[in-house]
Amino acid sequence: MSTLEILFYALSAFAVISAVMVLISKNPIHSVLWLILVFFAISGHYILLNAQFLAIVNIIVYAGAIMVLFLFVIMLMNVQSDNEPQKKLFTKFIGVLSGGSLLTLLIALVKQTVQLEGKEVMMKEGTIGLIHPLGKALFSDYVVPFEISSVLFLSAMVGAVIIGKK
Amino acid sequence: MTILALDWGFIIEKLIMIAIVVFASLGIALYTTFGERKVAAILQDRPGPSRAGPFGLLQPLADGLKLIMKEEIIPNAANKWLFILGPGLAMTASLMSCAVIPWGSAVDVFGRHVELQIADVNIGILYVFAVVSMGVYGIMIGGWASNNKFSLMSALRAASQAISYELAMGLALIALLMTTGTLSLKTIVEQQVQGHWWNIVYQPLGFLIFFITAMAECNRTPFDLPEAENELNFGYHQEYSSMKLGFYLFAEYINMIMSSAIMACMYFGGYDLPFFNEASVAPNIAALIGVGTLLIKIVLFIFLFMWIRWTIPRFRYDQLMGLGWKTLIPLALFNMLLTGAVILAKL
Repeated sequence: MSTLEILFYALSAFAVISAVMVLISKNPIHSVLWLILVFFAISGHYILLNAQFLAIVNIIVYAGAIMVLFLFVIMLMNVQSDNEPQKKLFTKFIGVLSGGSLLTLLIALVKQTVQLEGKEVMMKEGTIGLIHPLGKALFSDYVVPFEISSVLFLSAMVGAVIIGKK
Repeated sequence: MTILALDWGFIIEKLIMIAIVVFASLGIALYTTFGERKVAAILQDRPGPSRAGPFGLLQPLADGLKLIMKEEIIPNAANKWLFILGPGLAMTASLMSCAVIPWGSAVDVFGRHVELQIADVNIGILYVFAVVSMGVYGIMIGGWASNNKFSLMSALRAASQAISYELAMGLALIALLMTTGTLSLKTIVEQQVQGHWWNIVYQPLGFLIFFITAMAECNRTPFDLPEAENELNFGYHQEYSSMKLGFYLFAEYINMIMSSAIMACMYFGGYDLPFFNEASVAPNIAALIGVGTLLIKIVLFIFLFMWIRWTIPRFRYDQLMGLGWKTLIPLALFNMLLTGAVILAKL
């Protein structure tokens, strides 16, 4: 096994184990901390694909900003495992069913959009995750979706300010 | 020597460099605590620590010994693992930012060409930014795991201060990056070594914003609400004792050193000694002069931090938030627009 393969399998195992721990932790704070580890593992995968910019932005935005807000909410609400109402078996069953069908849908979608057969992963050599190609692509090929999503963010910000003023 | 197709010489070289940088940072931080007490004493017209060793120079060692020997208390109701993880995270996060700082140009040792930087990644500044945002977890986890509502409240206070000032810091950085056109700290320093002026000439307002936000990120006075000792019931580390408290306090000093180093690299030419032609001496000596120059710049910044701390009183919490959101962020946005306009006009 080459070093890359060892790193890949170690990171994958790390990601999967952390993701399982997110689900089975009784304490919501522990779940959040395990989720942060999942993001770190995914950033490691990005680095293996030579996408350093994506890796670090993933850490800044997801692990650094969004999860801090998650922690804020959980700490302020003081959610405890023992006083949380237990869900009924039927609700749990429906949850598993809907989650599973979403997963099937996503896998089918990925299989349809790109023909993955016979293609190799570009370890250490792809350039799209570096800052210059990514910026060029965002502001030329994908400029309309990019601007529309930024308008969406702006409206979300305005909405938050209005709710906060009430 | 190829096991696993790795260049082991390279790995050993990097490990040695990491060890040097980490231990040097710890040593400087140790003596920064001493410097802080001496500067405070001078500004307040008193002698300061003077008993341990000549001029009180052994005082930091005595302080460290005291912290290690103190009884370690973990509250009964605390979450034990997270209680221990908190200070560890704070320390790790502040030490990690030293990885991308260029301490000098390259030296030749035993026939190897050694860059005086642990990792020259092309996203250096963003890496620092990511590490800074990780530092918030040390504070939040420590405050929550103490299971004390005062700790929790001040942890939330500290975290909201950190994330509010990160925004203005990022916006000030964007203006600088627009002029340099690169994210690598090494390249930014090299541009200043080759060019005529340091970046402070192009970005005075940006530097001012960055300096204020750096002060807030390091929890220094006038932004030290997270650890207001007397009136706000101490801080997120209220339940901590012995070396775990020491780790929190120590992490703050290391943050101060790292942010001084980053400010020196980004705005004040890094290891560039002004009015001195590096090519006129041997490369190794030039590199050593560079390292010395950077260290002097760092010490000057640390002194500035201390001078401000012992001169200005603390902000009230609403003033702090008002300054961050209503003054610094609009100023940083204005600075960004101005920089963009100048760059467009020059094209």
